[in-house]
Amino acid sequence: MTQVLLFALISLIKTLGLIFLIILPMVSYTVYAERRVSAMIQDRLGPNRVGIPLTLFGLQKDIPFFGLVQPVADAVKLLLKEDFTPNHVNKFYYWLAPACAMAPSMMALAVIPFGSQLWGEPMVVANVNIGVLWVFAVSSLGVYGIVLAGWSSNSKYPFLGGIRSTSQMISYELSLALSVIPIFMICGTLNLSEIVRYQTVHGWLISPIWIKGISLFPLSINGQEIIHSFHILKIILWIPLFISFIVFTISMFAETNRLPFDLPEAETELVGGYHTEYSSMKFALFFLGEYAAMIVGSAVIVTLFFGAWHVPFLPTAIDDPYTFWGVILGLIHIAAFFVKVALLLLLFIWVRWTLPRFRYDQLMRLGWYFFIEIALVNVFIVAVILPFMRE
Amino acid sequence: MPYTVSRPKLTFSEKAYFPAIFAGLGITLRHFINILSGKKKVTMQYPEEKWDQNLPAHYRGAPTLVRDEHGRERCVACQLCEFICPPRAITIHPGEIPIEDRWRKVEKFPQEFQIDMIRCIYCGLCEEVCPEQAIFLRKDYAITGLTRQEMVHDKKKLYELGGVMTGLVHKWNDKK
Repeated sequence: MTQVLLFALISLIKTLGLIFLIILPMVSYTVYAERRVSAMIQDRLGPNRVGIPLTLFGLQKDIPFFGLVQPVADAVKLLLKEDFTPNHVNKFYYWLAPACAMAPSMMALAVIPFGSQLWGEPMVVANVNIGVLWVFAVSSLGVYGIVLAGWSSNSKYPFLGGIRSTSQMISYELSLALSVIPIFMICGTLNLSEIVRYQTVHGWLISPIWIKGISLFPLSINGQEIIHSFHILKIILWIPLFISFIVFTISMFAETNRLPFDLPEAETELVGGYHTEYSSMKFALFFLGEYAAMIVGSAVIVTLFFGAWHVPFLPTAIDDPYTFWGVILGLIHIAAFFVKVALLLLLFIWVRWTLPRFRYDQLMRLGWYFFIEIALVNVFIVAVILPFMRE
Repeated sequence: MPYTVSRPKLTFSEKAYFPAIFAGLGITLRHFINILSGKKKVTMQYPEEKWDQNLPAHYRGAPTLVRDEHGRERCVACQLCEFICPPRAITIHPGEIPIEDRWRKVEKFPQEFQIDMIRCIYCGLCEEVCPEQAIFLRKDYAITGLTRQEMVHDKKKLYELGGVMTGLVHKWNDKK
């Protein structure tokens, strides 16, 4: 009984720590980064003023601090705004939709291994074998938030946004799931922690070579050597894996409603898209939900292709987790994971401020004519290569 | 006459999107790095950096009254500026110069001269119409106040902003 309680307590601490200490601040600062990076791409400066308001306490000058306090000001602004519910909406679903947009992204985080271990505890909230399936199942629930918002708003622009979101999801979910099947064929498991362990031994799935010495451990699982470090098959295998990375990343852009696939909210066509009728904190939940989905998407990409928390040249296993160095190493692994996620988020932002929006039929064509076929053929290519690796 | 515009034939690399996408990413990255490293500077951070030194000679800022080189007020309260002012920002209460005064020839002076800076549109017609060259648009542009009353410039404030402007004005010349 105490063991169950202890397990529940530890899981709770991990969940709350992950969400409140890492993900929510990361969401706010992704918004800040988006504003600063977009500004600099457009030769502007972005928010660089909000800092420590010393003038409020009677001092002469504020400290600008690169505008890093901007997210706090934004949150205060959104909380203080009038929360307006129009008369013509379906109240129940109207109130439900923002929660539906935010919650799934948080839930999907449960299976992501965001660190090796800390004090002997594996840094993953739920180490379950369905792993990636859970991520796909839950993150596609996020579309319900958008559809419900579009439908319950009882207004034409949100409705169009909701419809677009539905069809966009149908076109992209397939290639999203199909594109990563090669990974599961290679690793032989759906468990994300196992996939990461495979990558610590055999190299990140995105890299074509893996030099001996980067990993301090012999290149084998269960004493059976599967891939040599410089084996030609690793380079051959890299080609379909790279294709699968490209397809998966682009599908992730569509999944998270980011430009160039942000059709559900297309400001230029649909006013505000699905959140036209929303204000104040309900709008903020949609907004934060989009960024949380981005973070989860990046986390999945990092886990599947970039070796999650693995840092080259650093030991992967922590021998004695209770010593000082064991804890430090665990923290370095967590930091490495989120640095990789942050870099991918920068890519998301960079792409958003470069590419124009795809037309609706172009998006459908891309999804149905190209990505599903590419992903399927990719699966077969890997299936052909794999038997030669397991001689 | 209707005519057909032939669609451009796209090459394979154009159809494949990727070359164009990477070219675009390169352009945005270049802009990002140039601004980040400070190699290119576009924004002037206003309250800290100002453009005041580079204001052109013809810049139209706040309208002010000026004195001449003898410290005499130039305005003769002819009220032409009051009449021409499109938003009616100027109010003048003319007074009479007493008969024993040296400048009785001029007859009038402004007892009170007010410019409502909330109304003023900085068009410069007052300066243009003034026969005595008594009103000039100076280069002050940040006219602020906490109350409406504060935003009405009275005679004292106008002379304070205007200062001295030298130059011949015939009206004040005894010989003319």
